[in-house]
Amino acid sequence: MERILLAHGSGGKLSHELVRDLFLPQFPAPTLARLDDAAVVQATAHTIGAELPEGSGPCRIAFTTDSYVVKPLFFNGGDIGRLAVCGTVNDLAMVGASPRYLSAGFVLEEGLDLDTLRRVVASMRTSANEAGVEIVAGDTKVVEKGGADQLFINTAGVGLVPDGIDISASNAQPGDVVILSGALGDHGIAVLSEREGLSFRTRLASDVAPLNHLVAAMLRASSDIHVLRDPTRGGLATALNEISLQSGVAITMEESRLPVHEAVRAACEMLGYDPLYIANEGKLVAIVARDAAEKVLETMQRDPHGQEATFIGEVKTQPEGKVLLRTRVGGTRIVDMLVGEMLPRIC
Amino acid sequence: MKYLDEFRDPEMAATLLEGIRRRSTRQIRIMEFCGTHTVSIFKHGIRQLLPPTIEMLSGPGCPICVTANADLDWAIALASDTELIVTTFGDMLRVPGSRSSLERAKAAGADVRIVYSTLDAVQIARDNPDRPVVFLGIGFETTSPTVAVSILQAREQDITNYYVLSLHKLTPPATKAILDSGESRLDGIIGPGHVTTVIGSRAWEFLPQQYGVSCVIAGFEPLDILQGIYTLVKRIEGGEPQVDNVYGRSVRAEGNEVALEYMNVVFEECAAEWRGIGEIPASGLKLNSEFRPFDARERFQVDPGATEEPAGCLCGDVIRGVAIPPDCPLYRVVCTPHHPVGPCMVSGEGTCAAYYLYTAGE
Repeated sequence: MERILLAHGSGGKLSHELVRDLFLPQFPAPTLARLDDAAVVQATAHTIGAELPEGSGPCRIAFTTDSYVVKPLFFNGGDIGRLAVCGTVNDLAMVGASPRYLSAGFVLEEGLDLDTLRRVVASMRTSANEAGVEIVAGDTKVVEKGGADQLFINTAGVGLVPDGIDISASNAQPGDVVILSGALGDHGIAVLSEREGLSFRTRLASDVAPLNHLVAAMLRASSDIHVLRDPTRGGLATALNEISLQSGVAITMEESRLPVHEAVRAACEMLGYDPLYIANEGKLVAIVARDAAEKVLETMQRDPHGQEATFIGEVKTQPEGKVLLRTRVGGTRIVDMLVGEMLPRIC
Repeated sequence: MKYLDEFRDPEMAATLLEGIRRRSTRQIRIMEFCGTHTVSIFKHGIRQLLPPTIEMLSGPGCPICVTANADLDWAIALASDTELIVTTFGDMLRVPGSRSSLERAKAAGADVRIVYSTLDAVQIARDNPDRPVVFLGIGFETTSPTVAVSILQAREQDITNYYVLSLHKLTPPATKAILDSGESRLDGIIGPGHVTTVIGSRAWEFLPQQYGVSCVIAGFEPLDILQGIYTLVKRIEGGEPQVDNVYGRSVRAEGNEVALEYMNVVFEECAAEWRGIGEIPASGLKLNSEFRPFDARERFQVDPGATEEPAGCLCGDVIRGVAIPPDCPLYRVVCTPHHPVGPCMVSGEGTCAAYYLYTAGE
């Protein structure tokens, strides 16, 4: 019997296959097939089947949803509530949309401490204010003890895409430059370090943050931004692989240019992880036309969430659909998508 | 990061590579025994930097890869008993046995838990006094002392529901078996750095003495490996085989006596079945008679069914260094890290996974 494995939720290859082989055949909408972080739909009198006020042009709406099941609920630098707001805000921002409205659905386990819920909801409010979005719809369900692990949250979000913006993982072009907004792996390692059974201490905080203001600044600086992605589950390696596949290009990176904080490097060396595959919740990778790259980078570095932004690589034609890394000692290797769950080495 | 960046310095690497190119005049074959070396070599793109005179082969040094299917099946069958808790290091989870894997058993309801230390397994036994807790003891001389310590700790604390399935293996006998077969015609061996930290570089003296093969004990950073290759090239070109230790910051000639003592107290040598190689005398470790009450094999009866090897899989040949992954008809076609057929594609230290993940498929 085929069953769902934890690896199906890792954001790596099995997640990709699940979407491609099980969901997409049943949900054939071309907008979904683009597999961007948010769907962009055209809202015109025709598509919404209603009369629009005279003089209003067509308007593009970005729409997305995500569920949050992080364990533990609170971790250094954030909590499930902040994650639920920022994750959805960021997915909207990654198609160039200005996020406006969020819904929040809560699945609560019988017996959950009400104070825990209060703290999470307060954190959502703070994060929503920070991002400038309103939570305008919600739902609550309670399941019997054991039916969920404390608290799960789903958020959906709607944003508006300004005219002239076309950002998609399919838009990378040979010659483009790859920019990363900051250091890799802070979120994944911060959460991991608080998991039971893995007690190593680190002062590292999750990078979870809304990136919509950063993206807005980037879009003001240049209209030549082709791709935006927030490398969450599966990390930068998986995000770049998805882009290279969807755009039919190769992406090359320089290992020596990849920013990784000391604590993350140390934890990765110890546990046998590769920072390229660790989740981030407040970083983005941008693929930008070469002429605009310098200006976009400078703009990013002026934003609080982009201070450590740096060029990490470029887009080439061959080998199509592959991501390559030039190592510090001068060798070149393939960087594949995350396979399975991240597991520690044994010897 | 100190202690790491200095071993990845591009200028030093270029100097060592230049030395290797200058000294290497004849065609030689070098095997890195250890899977961690294999992965480091691929991850840092070292093979393609070496001159064409040097052929690198990957050896049997991935504990999961050499675990026999019959042993895997036994562990999976054991895990299917939901009264039990099976604890294991993470890599074991996805290795396919004859018909299933621990990951599939877990999805079907088995209580399989990943631990990062053997002492976590003992803690789980302490927390669940009503349920037997079995630790899957897989690994070489690096892992077995920590398993020995967990058993001693369980005994000291009167924990009577902790058991170990000992599938531990010893590396020198496997190296001998590979050389005895004569298949891979090696000129030099990069000895396993972590294993040798425990057993000591003296344990490899038989290589030059009995086989005329040079051996270098090296660390796992790019410069460690390049220095190891440079040292081997010099020895081989000089015609005087010897054991060299270029991993002095970790390895001593006599090894780690404390760790060796723990192993001696708890284990005794036994014949062991290696995937791809077959049974090798005195190449495994089992719990000695004093610690038999902790031996999962003694305590549990399970029927794993008949052993089946996956048709067409060349893992056995890859482990012995007589085939490379692209030789295998399954490689990349049906066998990939997310749908692995053989263990070498699953393990983070497996040769097939290293080829798949870090090369373009050639």
